[in-house]
Amino acid sequence: MGDVTLRVWRGDASGGDFENYTLPQGEGEVVLDVIHRIQATEAPDLACRWNCKAGKCGSCAVEINGQPRLMCMTRMDTLPEGTVTVTPMKTFPIIRDLVTDVSFNYAMAERVPALLPPPMPKGGYRMFQEDVERSQEFRKCIECFMCQDVCHVIRDHEENKQHYAGPRFFIRYAELEMHPLDTNDRRDLVREDMGLGYCNITKCCTEVCPEHIKITDNAIIPLKERVVDAHYDPVAWLGRKIRRKTKVSAADAAVQPLP
Amino acid sequence: MTNSPYEHHEYDVLIIGAGGAGLRAAIEAKQRGLKVGIITKSLLGKAHTVMAEGGMAAAMGNVYEEDNWMVHFRDTMRGGKYLNNYRMAELHAKEAPDRVWELEQWGALFDRTKDGKILQRDFGGHRYARLAHVGDRTGLELIRTLQQKVVSMGTDVFMECKVLRLIHDSAGRVAGCVAYWRANGEFVTFSAKAVILATGGVGKSWKFTSNSWEGTGDGHAMALWAGAELIDMECIQFHPTGMVWPLSVRGLLVTEGVRGDGGVLRNSEGKRFMFDYVADMFRAETADSEEEADRWYDDHAAGRRPPELLPRDEVARAINTEVKAGRGSPHGGVYLDIASRRSAEVIRRRLPSMYHQFMELAGVDITREAMEIGPTCHYIMGGVKVDAETTATKVPGLFAAGEVAGGMHGANRLGGNSLSDLIVFGRRAGMGAAEYIEAGSVATDFDLGEVEAAIAEALAPFERTSGENPYDIQRDLQEMMQSNVGIIRTASEIDEAIVELEKFSERVQNIAIKGGRAYNPGWNLATDLPSMLSVSKCTARGARERKESRGGHTREDFPKASAEFGKVNFAHSLPQGANWHDEISTNPVPVMTVPAELQALLEEAK
Repeated sequence: MGDVTLRVWRGDASGGDFENYTLPQGEGEVVLDVIHRIQATEAPDLACRWNCKAGKCGSCAVEINGQPRLMCMTRMDTLPEGTVTVTPMKTFPIIRDLVTDVSFNYAMAERVPALLPPPMPKGGYRMFQEDVERSQEFRKCIECFMCQDVCHVIRDHEENKQHYAGPRFFIRYAELEMHPLDTNDRRDLVREDMGLGYCNITKCCTEVCPEHIKITDNAIIPLKERVVDAHYDPVAWLGRKIRRKTKVSAADAAVQPLP
Repeated sequence: MTNSPYEHHEYDVLIIGAGGAGLRAAIEAKQRGLKVGIITKSLLGKAHTVMAEGGMAAAMGNVYEEDNWMVHFRDTMRGGKYLNNYRMAELHAKEAPDRVWELEQWGALFDRTKDGKILQRDFGGHRYARLAHVGDRTGLELIRTLQQKVVSMGTDVFMECKVLRLIHDSAGRVAGCVAYWRANGEFVTFSAKAVILATGGVGKSWKFTSNSWEGTGDGHAMALWAGAELIDMECIQFHPTGMVWPLSVRGLLVTEGVRGDGGVLRNSEGKRFMFDYVADMFRAETADSEEEADRWYDDHAAGRRPPELLPRDEVARAINTEVKAGRGSPHGGVYLDIASRRSAEVIRRRLPSMYHQFMELAGVDITREAMEIGPTCHYIMGGVKVDAETTATKVPGLFAAGEVAGGMHGANRLGGNSLSDLIVFGRRAGMGAAEYIEAGSVATDFDLGEVEAAIAEALAPFERTSGENPYDIQRDLQEMMQSNVGIIRTASEIDEAIVELEKFSERVQNIAIKGGRAYNPGWNLATDLPSMLSVSKCTARGARERKESRGGHTREDFPKASAEFGKVNFAHSLPQGANWHDEISTNPVPVMTVPAELQALLEEAK
């Protein structure tokens, strides 16, 4: 086997540049393996985040040849031949090298009103598989924040971070909205403070999701429908009243003992 | 109270580690009205807990009504080969169902039974289907649920902050810790009335491991250095099914859920070999033919358990023997086959992340082909010796929960008992810390001398103009521990390891760091290495003393369990104020005596 060359962005908030690293190719390696070999030899101070190395924790998100990818799940032999360019996620401020400041996401998480379930009956709640599956899809999220990175609303407009939660949090709101036990109503919040309306459904987020969550189709569009219905449409307003009742009834049902 | 010259924070309860145990402890302490801070060396939500796949064990009886805490207790003790702190095993079995149900109040969504209860899955060593799960991503569900709860309660979380040392007060109580921010390398001190260690495991000291870079035994080591005792450190679980190819992912975990859901192990001759490895202890309850074993999956009354679902230590040893006998797969493992046993649809629904993992990393479609797997260093049963009720250590003000604590699992942990351990004893740590604070005798001052010593040691590698690369030391340590204190051990190799570890200590004191302090992974590794060495020394010393084979400790020169060694745990300690590289003392302490009424449960099972 021949050599591989990685072109890695090195630097910090004050600036930086690309550095090339050429190493012998290893069998079956992913990009993170090559980064680790660079750290162990030429550049022990090369900063990157990683934890599980199995696509389960979402720590090692970067941009590989300009595309948001997990380094641990990107095999070198699936990339086009030639130099592989590795850069930090563009949407977030640089800390150092491939590490970015993702605190925007943690700040948005703090603003999510918590699940509000009915009291738990003895022996636990009753919920059915078909009812939990919708929210389960969104709970697969590993918080790699690549959907946030690729979303042009904040990628190209820093000022929107003040009033735009981003795809990761739209699936979180959708998850709670569709959660069988939840009795909280976050629709006004999502519309007014979380900027759901800014999303124009380009599906960039869905394309980069490593968990293949259908962010746009299954979360954002249904969420937009619910929010818009609730706010503008008098018929839907009535529907909302009824659905709202249905939602509470579902939660009530959860506390009923089995027949 | 402190006059710390560094950035300083004060808390009632300080929790080091943000995995399942740390977050559960935080919720408990917070609910009791205490000021709580959590420190994690990664980002919140990335802890190793997310790697847990199969589920969490709790005798809820949703699938088999016959299940109850007594059976779970018995299974845990048997799995642990009776080296367990029985009281921890008892509390764990009794409290796990409430802890699992509680997660649903905080938003967790487990897979369901047909009648809407939490579905439970079969796993090795558990008599009944007992593991609450979400497909094969249960750990993620646990961490996300606890993380979201902690965030909604407004808890302070210090992310990417690496703790170096625990700090005492003048009376020897724990008073806080000293740490540094990974982002800029600046030091920060924390004072607290109580400190809870929830730092997880040590697996990064072995070459083939399922653990991330974080599993460096920081909490084990800091507890030892602070005056606490570590027990059962020789008991390391090698999970039977880690990936073996490609080499870059060797060690990556393949969930036991594959076997729980019908997967079987075969050697290169296609033989389902586990029938040849049923120990006497498990013979009465294990199937002796493939037909009988296959009936069991659908109805546990129709046959006895398949031997693939023996406890992990038994299965790992069997695989090791098959490979050594020349019946292994091309890359030095054996085959785990679910493709020929379950439909593609079932495999993708029940094991989605395994499907994804093999497809993306190895180019193997597990719905069509068998997986190549072999043992991987996964979990340490040993840890800080704690009181079962409160998780208090020997050092006043210091508590420990989760993998960093020892005793609960004895010599071998059953799959699924880890996630439940985190929530049962995470909660108890929060309670224990709260009660300790309420009792009033907490730290009154903060030893700045200890702070300065820890900082000087952390900065020393920058002073050296020439010295070793920490990555070289880590690689050599992993190779050495894998070959000398790995899955099968023998006196000469352990002795060699003990000598080698002293040399590693010297090498660590000669590290030179390239670059600055801001987000420098080389420097971070340099600060991890003392922990890795202290823990490895305890493991090697325990392994030398335990002249028998039991659970996660197998001696080629003493292949059988011995009644005499079954009566002791080995405890390791370091005098307070000693350096991390000073001589550790290792002593036998009697295993806790199981009271008669609980002993009866164990006897019934024999």
